[in-house]
Amino acid sequence: MIATARLVAGKDLRIEWRSRVLLWQVVPFGVMALVLSGLALGPTRAGHSSAGPGLFYLVVLLVTLLAINRSQAIERTPGTRASVATLGLDPGGVFLGKALALAIELWVIGAVLLAGTVLFLHTALAGSLAAVPSLVLTLAALAAAGTLYGALTGEGAAPTTLLPVLALPGFAPLLIAGERSFSAALAGGSPWEWWVITLVALIAYLAVGVLLYGVLEES
Amino acid sequence: MNPPVAELEEAVVLTGGFPVLAGVTLVLEPATLTVVVGANGAGKTSLLRLLGGLDPLARGRGVVAGVDLANGDRRLLRRRVGWLGHEGSFYDDLSVAENLRFAARALRRPLEDVAPALARVGLADRAATATRRLSAGQRRRLALAWLLVRRPELWLLDEPYASLDDAGRALLDELLVDVVAAGATVVASAHDPLRSTQSRRTLTLAGGRVVGES
Repeated sequence: MIATARLVAGKDLRIEWRSRVLLWQVVPFGVMALVLSGLALGPTRAGHSSAGPGLFYLVVLLVTLLAINRSQAIERTPGTRASVATLGLDPGGVFLGKALALAIELWVIGAVLLAGTVLFLHTALAGSLAAVPSLVLTLAALAAAGTLYGALTGEGAAPTTLLPVLALPGFAPLLIAGERSFSAALAGGSPWEWWVITLVALIAYLAVGVLLYGVLEES
Repeated sequence: MNPPVAELEEAVVLTGGFPVLAGVTLVLEPATLTVVVGANGAGKTSLLRLLGGLDPLARGRGVVAGVDLANGDRRLLRRRVGWLGHEGSFYDDLSVAENLRFAARALRRPLEDVAPALARVGLADRAATATRRLSAGQRRRLALAWLLVRRPELWLLDEPYASLDDAGRALLDELLVDVVAAGATVVASAHDPLRSTQSRRTLTLAGGRVVGES
């Protein structure tokens, strides 16, 4: 399973490196969303800072949905699905590999967006840096959950529009925990309880994904 | 005597409730070449997909490469078949060689097999080319190289001559003779029976059933 996960993650990351879809399409979209959020809030810095974590995670949600769709689109061509199916890859390994690649991509995007939050929403630099561990954990959980929901919508008539409807209820606790952690970090408080919630969700999604990914692919 | 590679008995495959295969009975012996002919919608692709474990058996009985299609693990079966479909079968953003190395690693085949496979299909000078830049015929050749790297027991080729030029068709004919001589079983679908001149067996499908055999 681990060997399959490494193989699939390497393949997905190599494809992203070659195509630069996330770099040239998703990252600019996220940065533009942050800029527009800053403009919408007006020039008062204090208001920006308090709204920053919520707006940041709203943008994270949008770019995560785009990244999940991109990750699933790689496998969605009918011919590719059949060819790869005949490789008989371990489905748990495929899930872990796709989730890992997606997490790495989201970490890179998240770093850019966090810098954008400091620039355009004027969140405190020290507090924003203190939020990095919770951001890493939240994005990993979103990647695991997103890979699972992506497989669930993969064979639907309109997977790109179905994904947000299905995924949002599952993402909501993760986004709320991430936002609270970020707010706590900005306020100098302790975000431990939110980290625990996110970590439990991450483990649960990984376990469910390893067990069910093959069933979802078959169905 | 070796057991048959595949045995189907009144096999039915449903797509959206419609029987795309409506009761097919056949036996495939090892190291044989079978060509399946028939009009569009006759069930050729569905038969190949059933044999490859890509679509489930709805009714009837079937055993392919020792795997029971009704109750067995179709993933095990898939590892033993090679599939060449209508569509592009690769990751377009990977290079030709990277696609083959991915397949080789997935199946724990030696990476040294990649270069000879590319040379055999005439793509040695395209190894570093992004797959999306290949022509339709070159993609077909890449699909054949993918099968050469995989060395499956059962080759399932859906319209294998499509997009190939004369040289490509000759290459495919030569390759099929070689793999059958090496002990593999080949099932290929075709619209044109003339393309099946070197087959030892031709099945004609219509309406999801075998209606003729020669």
